[in-house]
Amino acid sequence: MSVNLAAATKSASYIDCDVEEPNGRIFLQPKGCEETPVFTALPEFDESKCIGCRKCVEFCRFNALMFIGNKPAVFSEVCHACGGCTLVCSEGAVAETKKQIGTVEQGRCGNINVVTGILNIGEASGVAVIRKALDIGLQANGDAIIDCPPGSGCSVIESVSASDCCIIVAEPTAFGLHNFKMAYRLAKLLDKSCYAIINKEDVPYPPLDNFCAENGVKILARIPFDPEAALLLANGKLLYGSNAHYTNLFRNILCEVKP
Amino acid sequence: MKVILPLDENKIDVCVSFGRCQYFMIHDTDSGSTEIKGNPVADAQGGAGIKSAQFIVDSKADALITVRCGENAAKVLNMAGIKIFKSEGIGAEHNIALLKSGKLSPLAQFHAGFHGKR
Repeated sequence: MSVNLAAATKSASYIDCDVEEPNGRIFLQPKGCEETPVFTALPEFDESKCIGCRKCVEFCRFNALMFIGNKPAVFSEVCHACGGCTLVCSEGAVAETKKQIGTVEQGRCGNINVVTGILNIGEASGVAVIRKALDIGLQANGDAIIDCPPGSGCSVIESVSASDCCIIVAEPTAFGLHNFKMAYRLAKLLDKSCYAIINKEDVPYPPLDNFCAENGVKILARIPFDPEAALLLANGKLLYGSNAHYTNLFRNILCEVKP
Repeated sequence: MKVILPLDENKIDVCVSFGRCQYFMIHDTDSGSTEIKGNPVADAQGGAGIKSAQFIVDSKADALITVRCGENAAKVLNMAGIKIFKSEGIGAEHNIALLKSGKLSPLAQFHAGFHGKR
């Protein structure tokens, strides 16, 4: 959805914040890419200063620290780089070192500025990569399409916070509605206006329609399941530009959001 | 020697999950005493294996009997010199008896963790 909307703008920035599986670049195939490494903090313990109070180990809500042989140590892949262990240490025994957790790639697809956050495999949290991708992507003038990760966790909060409005893509099922409600509540908490697109809608799911009506969420499009679209997408092709129907569909969505 | 096992809700059987078991059974082979303690991190958001391993280290156990164990937890246990044995059958008492008679083998395979998936 977001790559097609980006293609329809012809000149916006497309920022892929789905950093665990960034796939927008497969469709947009940006040229002339430059990479920026992304670092986070990783605690380093000074054994000469550590008094073995375990405050840091107890504080870590991600359970990334162990305490063996009277000294703490970190599991770097589990650490979320919150900095809490450094703050709670009364002895100044925790220093922060830099660790690369991913990269941000920036290139161009015609006049579209394509920015992709890529999290290294095995890392616990992609928030720092998302932050960097948004930082780089939003430096350019003009509109931006932010491709948001799924769910309603930290990485979604980070991505939604940077937006002016949200388009939530829902599937017309009980499961789809459940996810839609969570994403909608999050967007409202962050004070964003919301639109809906119902995808793969062969038969309407009234509870989803009712929820949208009750909450004043405008449904921008209802897209039925289309084997041809699935084939195009599976081959890494954009729907925008593939035929007049889809080209108009994505153009109209953009016009509705940005009159 | 102190032996520890992850326990099911029924407090009788070895729990298939190490990090997210409800209870731990701690048996002292010298005194013959058995103690059951709640796992403080059964519902942890993440790192339950690491924290459960820490619980075992802090309880000064010498050996763990378990169905399976993740890589991170194994690292903690290995650093503390705690032996890890593979359980046989489901009964916890039965496994303690097997260990005493030298019939349990060390756990040879460690998985990469479930990371929030149960």
